Amino acid sequence: MTLLLKDGRVVDPSRKADGTGDLLIENGKIAGSGGELRQTGKGREKKVPHGMEVLDLRGKIVVPGLIDMHTHLREPGFEYRETIASGSEAAVAGGFTSIACMPNTNPVNDNRSVTEFIRRKAAECGLANVYPIAAISLKSEGAFLSEFWDLKDAGAIGFSDDGRSVMNAALMRRALEYASSLDMPVIAHCEDRNLSAGGMMHEGFVSTEIGLPGIPAIAEEVMVARDILLAEYTGAHLHIAHVSTAGAVRLIREAKARGVRVTAETAPHYFTLTDEAVRTFDTATKVYPPLRGLEDRDAVREGLRDGTIDVIASDHAPHARTDKEVEFDYATSGITGLETSLALSLGLVEEGLLTLPELIEKMTVNAARILRIPKGTLADGADADVTIIDPQREWTVDRALFRSRGKNTPFHNWTLKGKAVLTIVGGEIRCRDC
Amino acid sequence: MEQKKVVMDAEGIDRSLTRIAYEILEKNKGVEELVLVGIRTRGVFLAERLRRKISGIEGKEVPLGILDITLYRDDLQTSHRKPRLGKTDIPFSLDGKKVVLVDDVLFTGRTIRAAMDCLIDFGRPKRIQLAVLIDRGHRELPIRADFVGKNLPSSLWEAVSVTLTEKDGMDEVVIEEHP
Amino acid sequence: MKLNRKDILGIQELSVEEINLILETADSFIEVSTREIKKVPTLRGKTVINLFYEASTRTRTSFEIAAKRLSADTINISAATSSVVKGETLIDTAKNLEAMNPDIIVIRHSAAGAPHMLAGILRQSVINAGDGAHEHPTQALLDMMTIRAKKGGIAGLKVAIVGDIAHSRVARSNIHGLTKMGAQVSVSGPATMIPRGIEKMGVVVHMSIEEAIRDADIIMMLRIQTERETQNIFPSLREYAQYFSLNRKNIGLARKDVLIMHPGPINRGVEISSDLADGPHSIILDQVTNGVAVRMALLYLLTGGTS
Repeated sequence: MTLLLKDGRVVDPSRKADGTGDLLIENGKIAGSGGELRQTGKGREKKVPHGMEVLDLRGKIVVPGLIDMHTHLREPGFEYRETIASGSEAAVAGGFTSIACMPNTNPVNDNRSVTEFIRRKAAECGLANVYPIAAISLKSEGAFLSEFWDLKDAGAIGFSDDGRSVMNAALMRRALEYASSLDMPVIAHCEDRNLSAGGMMHEGFVSTEIGLPGIPAIAEEVMVARDILLAEYTGAHLHIAHVSTAGAVRLIREAKARGVRVTAETAPHYFTLTDEAVRTFDTATKVYPPLRGLEDRDAVREGLRDGTIDVIASDHAPHARTDKEVEFDYATSGITGLETSLALSLGLVEEGLLTLPELIEKMTVNAARILRIPKGTLADGADADVTIIDPQREWTVDRALFRSRGKNTPFHNWTLKGKAVLTIVGGEIRCRDC
Repeated sequence: MEQKKVVMDAEGIDRSLTRIAYEILEKNKGVEELVLVGIRTRGVFLAERLRRKISGIEGKEVPLGILDITLYRDDLQTSHRKPRLGKTDIPFSLDGKKVVLVDDVLFTGRTIRAAMDCLIDFGRPKRIQLAVLIDRGHRELPIRADFVGKNLPSSLWEAVSVTLTEKDGMDEVVIEEHP
Repeated sequence: MKLNRKDILGIQELSVEEINLILETADSFIEVSTREIKKVPTLRGKTVINLFYEASTRTRTSFEIAAKRLSADTINISAATSSVVKGETLIDTAKNLEAMNPDIIVIRHSAAGAPHMLAGILRQSVINAGDGAHEHPTQALLDMMTIRAKKGGIAGLKVAIVGDIAHSRVARSNIHGLTKMGAQVSVSGPATMIPRGIEKMGVVVHMSIEEAIRDADIIMMLRIQTERETQNIFPSLREYAQYFSLNRKNIGLARKDVLIMHPGPINRGVEISSDLADGPHSIILDQVTNGVAVRMALLYLLTGGTS
């Protein structure tokens, strides 16, 4: 299939490109871009080659296929919450062509067979590129390293015990060292589980007032500090997942200034919501890390602005109704994010916090570089993963319409601006007018 | 158009109460075992006045109780506004007593029904009598007053309101027609 | 005036006018409980369900007596006897109860927000009888009623609340209520029992009981929960009793006419010495008496007058 994307605003941070132009897709690859294509496609006298689809993208934005480097696809083991297929559908509906999925499935992705299973399932449904992240430790129990080399061979692109912080500093040190010899990132879920024990929400004035047990910011920060020190000591690449506190942003900023190989991500809910949202006891607001205070939210935004935080990832955590339609204490933590992530992130551009290229960089090439995957670019010859965004489209979030099985969102009924209208994966349109 | 007519002035009210006081004493042959129970709000003031008059005539104090019938009403679920609950205060036993219930206006009879239910929860009076300043008719229950200040035939579209100095600043009975 | 709400979930959302209405109505109900026949027909034909997911004797009995004195039918469901043990969710339990057409559901639950969840889905009025460490509105109302009755008012009084503020729904509801009504509230306990930012609720924090109760008109002692010992909230009951109990020694710091309150059940000799709990300053049993009246008032105000 040959596709000509005409007259869109092409934003490709990997090449520092931003301008109106065309993009040609042939045989699943980017076959050319820029002003010269304008001529080939423009003149009425020139016939459109047979089998070429031409899309008029005036007013639209053409970007490298978006990457969400932090999702939970729940398969194997929790298919009632999400499957690789439903998660992939949600991804392309949200404009994401590549997603990385965390290993906290059942069984845990701590061995080659689970990694291969995920890759095979993803290939079968053939929607988005799915990159498995394997567990740091066997069963993510924090005791023994999983087989990093074998997992890498099977297709894993990083290691994380997401959802279950590695409490043993010695194990974390070995994980960083071992991963560095494979040139792979260790993705840290930073939570001191002794400090967070029993907590339901951010510890602050709101938790004091409504009496829900708190999770202090320091539960995250002491672990961020520890892991930064370990990364500094080992020289390994540490990626810090879902940064949510002002202290964590500060620690990462300082570490980067010192030259530590640390990268970081945050999720849309951390730069959008605060712990005030929990006052209604809506379990859709229960998430780990918890929605933090206003000063934390603002620090996260500042971290995005000044580059301390490299990536926006949704931490897509679908849950079933039965997980969430219970008392706040008993509800599972997590927010379904793939289908709202882009629009919420575009809000940062609307507000002037980030330029559009800066935002797209955090949703494409930065994640690709951290995960060392050949994605996030519109360079000639690259895989034709492209997302077309209508920046003006206003839409109302309706969780019932989510492709994801997880309807757990605190953004239900929010009116957002900006939407992926076309998602192209490997040259094929996987979601049109999503 | 709204018409307002004064049907009883301060003197008229006072004369009626004096007569009722005598009638109560006559019917009950004195104050032996006699108690007055006023129904909130204006019945309480009328009962207090009757007590003073009886005391002036007989030289003896008659016990006075206060009844708030809100909790016994049959229209709590349907009425648009809920009356503010007042205190009931009957600091004596009603067993074997001759109770005179006092209220300002006797209309459907439902208030008196509620008051009697309430009284009976407090004990077993020998008899219950009813004194009202105005009887305006339109009974919905088989209830009649023993002592009446004034019979005031009225239509259902009219409102009869009693104002008393203790609460409203002046003594007056007014009949108003609502268009 | 009437209470324009379907549910009573917390003191935080009540206005001063609403609190006054409830307290005044409750004052009128005191008398009913002193009658020979302690029953009025007001809620005849109404059904009140007490849905208790947490052990309670005082509060549940109080609600039950209140409902019965108003002639309502009452059903008590406790977690141990309900389908909870069979794994039914709270929402399913509540919807099943709703299908049987009760009029008011009183719920106590260890999870903060559980009553709010029910209130959101049920037609019936929901009364929060205590949710986690969040609110216990009827306790605060009966406390305010008792203070008003004894002191003639609440505004301007110095109230000290002493104990595990962090884990206390009684403290939270009372802080909301008492500060709204114009009292000066101070709290005291070891720092592990004082939640972050509590000053923003309008209270003064004291690190010692002595500072907190100095010149106090009211001292409210909270029950110390022994299970907190294992969570390192405090090292031992012995030490707590030594440094944070109200006793004959420190009571002299308070005003001469100080009143001592406690939501119960009391740990005698831990947070309060037995002689003070039974002494002339104690109004602990008045609180219990008034609890019935406050709950009658709420049941009365929440039913009827709605159509």
